[in-house]
Amino acid sequence: MSARERPLVLVVEDYQDAREMYAAYLQFSGYGVAEAANGVEAVEKAQELLPDIVLMDLALPRMDGWEATRRLKADPRTRHIPVVALTGHALAGHAEGAREAGCDAFVTKPCLPDALVAEIQRLLDRQPTKSDNKASSPTTRTARKRP
Amino acid sequence: MARVAAPVAPLSNIESEAKLAFVEFLLTSVDVQESARRAIDWLVAHVAVSEAAVLVVEGPGTEILLVAEHGIPAGTIVDFSLARDDSRHPLVEALNAAETLYIQNLPTHHPSPLESRTLHAIPLRADASEPTYGLLLVAGIGPQLDSDTLWVGRTLGKHVSRLLGRQVLAETRFGQERMLLYSIINAVTDPILLTDTEGKLIIANSHAEKLFAAPEEASEGWRRAAALNNMLFSAALSTSAVSMSELARRELLLVDPLEGSDLLFELLSSRAKDERQGTYVVSILRNVTDLARAKEEIEESYRTLRVAQAEVRDERHRLDLIIDSVADPILVTDQEGDIVLMNTPAERLFNAPGLEDEAALRRVRANGANLTSFVSNVLTRSGEQRYRGEIQLTDPLIGRPLPVEALAGTILSEQGELMWVVTILHDLTEAIEKARLYEQLKQASVELERKVQEATAELAEQNELLRRQHIALEQASALKSQFLANMSHEFRTPLNAILGYTHMLLNNVTGQVTDPQRKSLTRIDSNAKHLLALINDILDITRIEAGRMPLNATTFRVSELFEEVQSELEPIIKRSNLIVSTKQRGAVPSVRSDRQKVKQIVLNLLSNALKFTPAGSVTMTASYEARRREVAIAVKDTGVGIPAEDQAKVFEDFRQLDSSPARGYGGTGLGLSICRRLANMLGGTIDLDSSPGHGSTFTLRLPAKARRR
Repeated sequence: MSARERPLVLVVEDYQDAREMYAAYLQFSGYGVAEAANGVEAVEKAQELLPDIVLMDLALPRMDGWEATRRLKADPRTRHIPVVALTGHALAGHAEGAREAGCDAFVTKPCLPDALVAEIQRLLDRQPTKSDNKASSPTTRTARKRP
Repeated sequence: MARVAAPVAPLSNIESEAKLAFVEFLLTSVDVQESARRAIDWLVAHVAVSEAAVLVVEGPGTEILLVAEHGIPAGTIVDFSLARDDSRHPLVEALNAAETLYIQNLPTHHPSPLESRTLHAIPLRADASEPTYGLLLVAGIGPQLDSDTLWVGRTLGKHVSRLLGRQVLAETRFGQERMLLYSIINAVTDPILLTDTEGKLIIANSHAEKLFAAPEEASEGWRRAAALNNMLFSAALSTSAVSMSELARRELLLVDPLEGSDLLFELLSSRAKDERQGTYVVSILRNVTDLARAKEEIEESYRTLRVAQAEVRDERHRLDLIIDSVADPILVTDQEGDIVLMNTPAERLFNAPGLEDEAALRRVRANGANLTSFVSNVLTRSGEQRYRGEIQLTDPLIGRPLPVEALAGTILSEQGELMWVVTILHDLTEAIEKARLYEQLKQASVELERKVQEATAELAEQNELLRRQHIALEQASALKSQFLANMSHEFRTPLNAILGYTHMLLNNVTGQVTDPQRKSLTRIDSNAKHLLALINDILDITRIEAGRMPLNATTFRVSELFEEVQSELEPIIKRSNLIVSTKQRGAVPSVRSDRQKVKQIVLNLLSNALKFTPAGSVTMTASYEARRREVAIAVKDTGVGIPAEDQAKVFEDFRQLDSSPARGYGGTGLGLSICRRLANMLGGTIDLDSSPGHGSTFTLRLPAKARRR
């Protein structure tokens, strides 16, 4: 795969407002963005575009995020691509299931766009084969504030 | 009667008793052959003769007969015969000789009764002038004839000549009469003695001899007893002689020579006068030993009887006392059914002495009739030893019904005949009352049991109902929890978009915003975040209540937790201008608990302290209570403090004393409520120590090692 100018992020999310919000912010932050609205589309797009990272919502129509992740991790072409799981349920079972399916990281909704970008950048920095990454988006505080 | 004084003087060394016995025998014997045999036996016993024989001449010119022998084979006896007229035979010569002949080496053609051919032949005759009636042949004693053998020969010769001589007839008749008398005396079972007046023994019958004469072979004891008896008898006789009475009667104690025991005799002695020989004393002894013994026994049994009678009297007295002391009535009836004995309690029922009341007397009669019918039942069942029954009696005095249990026993005579019936009556009033009470108690118990069973059944029913309600409630609760979990998720999705877009706008992603726009956007952002916090808290409470909050125990140090909490709240601490410090009192061990939950609690307590402290300091202190194995984390502030009446309320849901968001980050009002729930989940507690104006101290106490849930 030829080196891209900007790292390509595949955003898989069935809720359009959220998907477009993350896409807009990622583009604003200097990433290339592809979008998928369900698991089947996610697998097709990933195999076609071979993105640098996949942001995967777990609750998806047609094929859920766990299954899509398993398929990607089973495919030699896509196996190396990091997958960041995204879920609205902060229940323990979800995180465990995501790790078993092959997810590399786990982010709980609601997640502010800059926190998500920081997590994506952290994973991309870990990838040894990646070329220089000029994307250094402004990082905001990630700590969840609680009373 | 014969004279005891024998004409032969004892000369030899052989005991005179033996000779005396021989002479006595001859005195009583009227048979030649018997006398001859006795003589030979005597010789064999006292003189060492090897062979001996007695030959007798029956009459003139007849054969010589062998009448007695010793040591001669039977064949020789049969073969032997010798004629009186065989004058050349040495034995016939001896018959005619004046002296005793010593024949040596008798020629074998001369027959001889002895085997030995050398022998002494002693002629048997009264004296030398008398004719010879026979021969005593002796062999085996050597040539010298000893005096004993000679004496036997002479004695036997006299006897034989007397028996066979001319005077034989008259003497024999006299002898026979004497023998008859002697045997009569002997036949008398009482000892009879004839003595002189001094007590010297003249004649004694065999029973007397047993007492007064010891035979030759007698033991020393026997002899002494005989001597003693002689002495006693003489003494008794001499006293009777003094009294001079014709018939003296007295008791005489003698010794049984054979048994050694005492014998008591009654002595009857009388004098007999003989003109020729003077005065004799005839004594008869009658054995009264048994009589005396019997008398003693009778006296003894009489005494015993007297003692027994006295005992029986005492016994009877005691028995009366005992029977009277028994509270139950006791009666004894005879075989006719009449009362022969009763104790005092029985008399009250069946006798009632001194009663004048007609009704009372009627009752007494009725009681008697009832008893009689019971006793007659017993009498007809004579086979049974005991009989039990119930009788309905009446108290004669007050007329109260008196049910009694009657226990009867029969007393039989030795012949098995029924003599008496003993009846004991036992008052059943109390027993019947007890039985009635027991029955009541039993019924009450049954009733109680029934009620308990009913109540139990009702309880079981209610339990079942409750169990179903519980299941239904659990299901409802689970549904509610699920609903709340889903709801919070559904809340988050749009909230996520609101927060995201506001964030983008504030970050000028869609172009520069104006200051008034930024102010409005900040308000939207702040309220959306508050809503998110509320949703998160509700979700937490829901999970805890539903028991779906997972615990994940790890081991960690409280000091590290303090650092983390502090750094997480760093921006707020900076803004607050408060001095925040941590302390550790004493050694605090590592804690094994759910680190995330503990951290959530401490974070909450610290942020609350910061929120409600306008100035001063906040101190977090860790300590360890070894006794209770608890780690305590205290968060102390110098804030406004909480009045005592409100202290309990701060832990309630949606309770905030100062509801305005104090420093721009208002709480949800659920924080302390969640903290307390979490602390309980971890096995710990949260306490508050505060007073207005002096700040507050919230203390979390946790077991150092959380138990597994």
